[in-house]
Amino acid sequence: MRDFISERARAIPPSGIRKFFDLALSMEGVISLGVGEPDFATPWNICESGIYSIEQGGTSYTSNRGLKPLLEALSRYLREHYSLAYAPESELIITTGVSEALDIAIRAVVNPGDEVLVTEPIYVSYPPCVTLAGGRAVPVPCPADGQFRLKPDCLMEKVTGKSKVLIINFPNNPTGAVMRREDLKGIADIVTDHDLLLISDEVYAELTYDGSHVSPAAIGDLHERTITLNGFSKAYAMTGWRIGYLCAPRELCDAALKIHQYVMLCAPAMAQVAALEAIRNGEEEKDRMVREYRVRRNLFVEALNRIGLECHVPEGAFYAFPSVEGTGLSDTEFAEQLLKEERVAVVPGSVFGDGAAGHLRCAYAVSRKDLGEAVLRMERFMGRLKA
Amino acid sequence: MDEKDLLLLHLLEENSRLGAEELAAMTEISPADVKCRIAELENERIIRRYATVVDWEKAGDGEVSAIIELKVSPERDFGYDRIAERIARFNQVRALRLITGAYDLQLVVTGKNMQDVARFVSEHIAPMDRIRETATHIIMKTYKENGDSFFEREGAERLPYSF
Repeated sequence: MRDFISERARAIPPSGIRKFFDLALSMEGVISLGVGEPDFATPWNICESGIYSIEQGGTSYTSNRGLKPLLEALSRYLREHYSLAYAPESELIITTGVSEALDIAIRAVVNPGDEVLVTEPIYVSYPPCVTLAGGRAVPVPCPADGQFRLKPDCLMEKVTGKSKVLIINFPNNPTGAVMRREDLKGIADIVTDHDLLLISDEVYAELTYDGSHVSPAAIGDLHERTITLNGFSKAYAMTGWRIGYLCAPRELCDAALKIHQYVMLCAPAMAQVAALEAIRNGEEEKDRMVREYRVRRNLFVEALNRIGLECHVPEGAFYAFPSVEGTGLSDTEFAEQLLKEERVAVVPGSVFGDGAAGHLRCAYAVSRKDLGEAVLRMERFMGRLKA
Repeated sequence: MDEKDLLLLHLLEENSRLGAEELAAMTEISPADVKCRIAELENERIIRRYATVVDWEKAGDGEVSAIIELKVSPERDFGYDRIAERIARFNQVRALRLITGAYDLQLVVTGKNMQDVARFVSEHIAPMDRIRETATHIIMKTYKENGDSFFEREGAERLPYSF
């Protein structure tokens, strides 16, 4: 029999934590700080409208682009909250999570051989999506001593004649870093000068704790060369509903829409109805969850530093990214031993690229009770390492 | 009252046993400042008291609660306030509100059993001057109290890792 697996499928790596995954599943009483999703259930008013739409028979396809009222509400929301101007009928697409939005954005713009700059630590999906599109992902280091922000000089070092796209993700998974307006200005100049396209994944935008989120497409002339991605998963605790969206100037949006209509047709209809409820009446619950994440962040980051795991204060998302330097263990060893000995699951930084090694991604999207217990266990573990 | 005060109130409303150190870390202010702010909130009676939400049914205590609605003739110059104050003095009255609709006052009353509640209403509340009518609703079961749901639900399964 022939070897049926494509070269591109072969070129993408399997999950970096399969081993941990199986190990954690085989153990009892594991507290997982390894999860990249809110611990809250979706607010009930949002669930209720999804349920009601099913009861009313809203179980068909929607238009490719998405439900008109949702597109219109989103367009308004983006203008009011982030000063972004996207026309609902031509510059927005509702997607099946930001994952799909990312995939179709990349496929809409990348040719074989193109270089795609990605900030490192890198969210795990970016390089494989680039590879599948025939491009080459080029990591741009965003080290700890710069609060994991993207610096103009680090970006410049990686720009070549083949560079076509820059993908950024702030607030960042896995570091929790955010970009301030002044940080983005320096990046905007390089993107414009080198005629790059920016893909900005802002799925954690609502989870910005110190100051407010700045969307790159609202800066200078970036709008015409930016694809903005966002979604409902993190802000409204809606990961399982799979609703994201892609915003871009018409021509780019049309190209992405062609791919979307062939590979996805449309995002789930009932989930789009639920998302509409989220955007209309979800603010209060969202604010309540954001307040709680911030409280947990404060407790957790203080505890990490106290027990000897140096950690910068993440200003967004729900991840702390402490360093394991000084423990004598690599991030992978630390994560594996911590899981086996104290049953606390964290993700080793090196999963997010070589430049992210020596750190741990700890999601504090768990109850304060579990977070407190996890800290006790980690403290005990650190105590044994020092002894 | 600023943002930090509001955050302290939210945190304490949810769990009044949080200590100053912990609250300080959570709210990004110093423990001394936390104590000072709480003292001020107590002085101003914004913090009324520190209480516990109890599921009495589960605790096996046979207390009975009822919602009592009253039609009341308001008094010149005082409206409903004076009569409400008299009613509020009874220990059996756990909550008392002025409401819109067919009735004027709404009480939550507790007693050892149904007879106890009925006796309290007929002997102490109904005969008061200005009370024109009463309606008693015995509470059969409490599903949610002070924002706390008494349903025991199993959480949905979460993956141990996801990106």
